[in-house]
Amino acid sequence: MSPDSITDPVSRHGEGEFRGRSEIALIGCNHISAPVELRERVAFTPQQALRAARELCESGILEEAVVVSTCNRSELYGVSGTEGGSAPLELLSYFGEFHKIPLRELDGRMYQRVGVQAVRHLFRVTSGLDSMLLGEAEILGQVREAYNRALENGSTGPVLNRLFQSALEVGKRVRSETEIGARPMSVAVAGVKLAERIFGELKGRIAVIVGAGTVAEQVVEHLRLRGIGELRVVNRSFSRAQELALRMGGQAVEWSALSATLDQPDILVTSVSGAEPVLTRAMLERAMLVRSGRAICVIDLGVPRNVEPQAEGIYNAYLFNIDHLGEIVEQNRKAREAEIPRAEVIVDEHVNKFLGWQASLEGASLISALRSRLNAERDSLLAARFNGSQSSAAAAQREQFEEFARELIERIVQLPAGRLRERRKLKRPIEGLVGLRELFGLGAADDEEGS
Amino acid sequence: MTNGMDILAIGLYGVSFVFYVLNLYRERSWSGRLATVALLLGIAAHYYALLERSRVIHAIPYDDLYGSMSLFAWLLAVTYLGLETYHRKRAVGSLVVPFVILWLLVAVIVAPSSVQHDPSANGALFALHITVGILAYAAFGISFLLSVIFLVQNRILRGGRPGLAFWRFPALEVLERMSRSSVWVGLMALAASTGLGFAWEHQLTGHFAIADPKVWITLFVLAAYATYLRIVRTPTWRGSRAALVCACNFLIVLFSYTIVNLYFTSFHRFF
Repeated sequence: MSPDSITDPVSRHGEGEFRGRSEIALIGCNHISAPVELRERVAFTPQQALRAARELCESGILEEAVVVSTCNRSELYGVSGTEGGSAPLELLSYFGEFHKIPLRELDGRMYQRVGVQAVRHLFRVTSGLDSMLLGEAEILGQVREAYNRALENGSTGPVLNRLFQSALEVGKRVRSETEIGARPMSVAVAGVKLAERIFGELKGRIAVIVGAGTVAEQVVEHLRLRGIGELRVVNRSFSRAQELALRMGGQAVEWSALSATLDQPDILVTSVSGAEPVLTRAMLERAMLVRSGRAICVIDLGVPRNVEPQAEGIYNAYLFNIDHLGEIVEQNRKAREAEIPRAEVIVDEHVNKFLGWQASLEGASLISALRSRLNAERDSLLAARFNGSQSSAAAAQREQFEEFARELIERIVQLPAGRLRERRKLKRPIEGLVGLRELFGLGAADDEEGS
Repeated sequence: MTNGMDILAIGLYGVSFVFYVLNLYRERSWSGRLATVALLLGIAAHYYALLERSRVIHAIPYDDLYGSMSLFAWLLAVTYLGLETYHRKRAVGSLVVPFVILWLLVAVIVAPSSVQHDPSANGALFALHITVGILAYAAFGISFLLSVIFLVQNRILRGGRPGLAFWRFPALEVLERMSRSSVWVGLMALAASTGLGFAWEHQLTGHFAIADPKVWITLFVLAAYATYLRIVRTPTWRGSRAALVCACNFLIVLFSYTIVNLYFTSFHRFF
């Protein structure tokens, strides 16, 4: 058993040099801990995220840093470069200074985690378990982007590289092995999914948007993602229709042509504010005649409804209103919640795996420090013993002593290396390793260099 | 007359069913692939079972109830596998494979201990006539299942209360396409089988028994499915109406396969 073998994790999983400590610290806020007004103020642009990470590393507060900032969370992950677990406090001060927000305003709004809690938090984030929309997939891409930017910026090291790579793996596993992200959770996606239940692929289909609303725009966005063919926008104000059509990449249609516009689309999305329905049964029946009964999916997002209730039941016209969509979302939310325990099991598994790796990293560093310390002692003793001796007999003797001491050191080091490997399987040797460092006076990386 | 291959085939179909259900519940590429592989292996084992029986009785293996049911189950599996490969949709497998298992299981349970073989039922023409005829029934059976799924999905869509399976089964238009493909296979096979039947009869007796009720009901089935293929492309019928027609057509097939075979014809009686 070679002691060097337990240095593998460093060389395999990350770039850069590991300097002896790997305590992970996190500070941040999300949709639960802070109101949107505060979240907006503490959000980082990609450039700001890189600058913050660089500054934290340069100032010595952190050795490695990654900033994750989305619309619902701003989080700063780092590997502490200081003793005594003071990193979260320093990070909080930095957070406040960076965004020019007094600390009292951040008080109670920011969460701080260290060690295993920070690891678990990130794994739950990438799994979508910490998201406002349980199981949402976007967060995985957002964390990946944040990590890749930090990697390119050089603010990551072996620990955060491994942490984020594991987190992305956890996110993918949770989504592929559980149903947490399987069914639509937003009204917009539910509408689009229902259209897919009718037509299959939506590529090349024609869609008409009547009116304008945030959800309608979201529906269009999802239709676009699915390769919708043509898009027409109808609005009471033609200039508004033109503006929307330009933004959505569609074609504006006059309000007076609304009835005629119904002859072609496969998907019709209505989002008009007004007390009276804009689409009547008669209009749809006429359109179905012109379309020779070809199926149409009508997504009515208006409140009150934009499509006359009597229009329900027209052959091959599938009508979904906001209540239908809301009910689907609610059903799906419950289904996703039922998957939380299974997702947590995967998170736990990876947390333990990460802790094992982290312990091996710490162990490798400790053995390396111990070997360095013993070699330095050996060199010092040999120098004192043979100081000034130039004879060939003395040189031979020194060589013998040196060889003997080298073998002795290797034997001494081999035993703790083996034990550490065994303890790594117990998953929580880190605190013990810190104690060992103190016991042998091995200190941190800086001290090692000096010894 | 059963053999170990029948039992093996039932086992493999069972495994395939389990993986199809798993795939339906949690859409995973591995479970879907395993389901297809198990089905393929089941089809191979089932084929050897039919072949072995054929060797034992020195004739085609399906001139009795066991044989016809076993062949029907085999062709149901083969036709479904073809459809799955063509349309790249596995969700329906969880509904088709149980019928394959049921048919084969019933065939095995009711299999006669000895076979009284009719010597006139020899020759390639007769073998093809029966094989292709049962293929047609199998294809119509699958189109019936697809149409029923269509009607249920359509009802769920209109009711706005979709469950888990709703999101897994193919979309309405895909179901309709699959059903159409299946009916095409059935229609071609039944037309070919009818032609082969006439040719075999002419070879055997020198004339055509057009007075046989089985001939008339078969022509009616051909006309009914041809009508379905016509109306399914008509916008006013396309959708649930066409699916209902397709499902009803299968009732005629069932009538032909059971009542007509049993009470109105002597030529086509497998019982």
